[in-house]
Amino acid sequence: MTIQQMQEILGARLLTPAADLSQEVHTACGSDMMSDVLAYVKDQAVLLTGLNNPQVVRTADMMDMVCIVFVRGKMPGDEVLGLAESRDIAVLSTDLPMFAACGLLYQHGLRGGEWHG
Amino acid sequence: MDNAICMEYVVPGDDFTRAGEASANMKQSLKRLGVPAAAVRRAAIALYEGEINLAIHAGGGRIRVEVTPDTIAMHLEDDGPGIADIPLAMSEGYTTAPAEVRSLGFGAGMGLPNMKKYTDTFEIQSTVGVGTTIDMSVSIA
Repeated sequence: MTIQQMQEILGARLLTPAADLSQEVHTACGSDMMSDVLAYVKDQAVLLTGLNNPQVVRTADMMDMVCIVFVRGKMPGDEVLGLAESRDIAVLSTDLPMFAACGLLYQHGLRGGEWHG
Repeated sequence: MDNAICMEYVVPGDDFTRAGEASANMKQSLKRLGVPAAAVRRAAIALYEGEINLAIHAGGGRIRVEVTPDTIAMHLEDDGPGIADIPLAMSEGYTTAPAEVRSLGFGAGMGLPNMKKYTDTFEIQSTVGVGTTIDMSVSIA
């Protein structure tokens, strides 16, 4: 699916207006623990998280992810958004909680992808 | 090492939000040098974990990266409290990070194990009360 389709499915706000919403994404992960993302993620393109600080963008950047979805209505500040824009990472914010957001995306075809054991 | 490219960074110890700037800079530089993406990602993740450790545990530190056609070599050093039991610190899930750090998404005891996992060579030396040095490298296939 595209990032735009993800936005529609989640009823999410787009917080980085310049982002390319036509990018195709196939895999995602959901975590509030960036250590785990760094340890186990392999090729996931999307990070769903309830954590709201600049290290979320740093982590997504290190993993070559293209989109961050903040769940539970979290609204990142200008510092976080500026960092994301400088890395060409699209940022969405949805009011849905983590489980529901992940479930909806999975239902529409997004998958977990491969993980480092 | 005649044609090595060197990058040096100072990691501040008092501003956790800035941790990751050195790794991000190195990642961009490696990409510009044409280093294959898989090697870039492994080196960037390992250095990022190291940078987080410098900020969390050591009151900051210094990083030196040397890139040759074959290798990305990363040297990290600090004047922090040191590590008394390195094998224990290297085990997954062991952490001395305070709750405040865990609330920021780190401190799960995966930092050092991750650095070892994503690199091809990894050496750590530490003296309690003096500091810690880490030398790690990623081969460019």
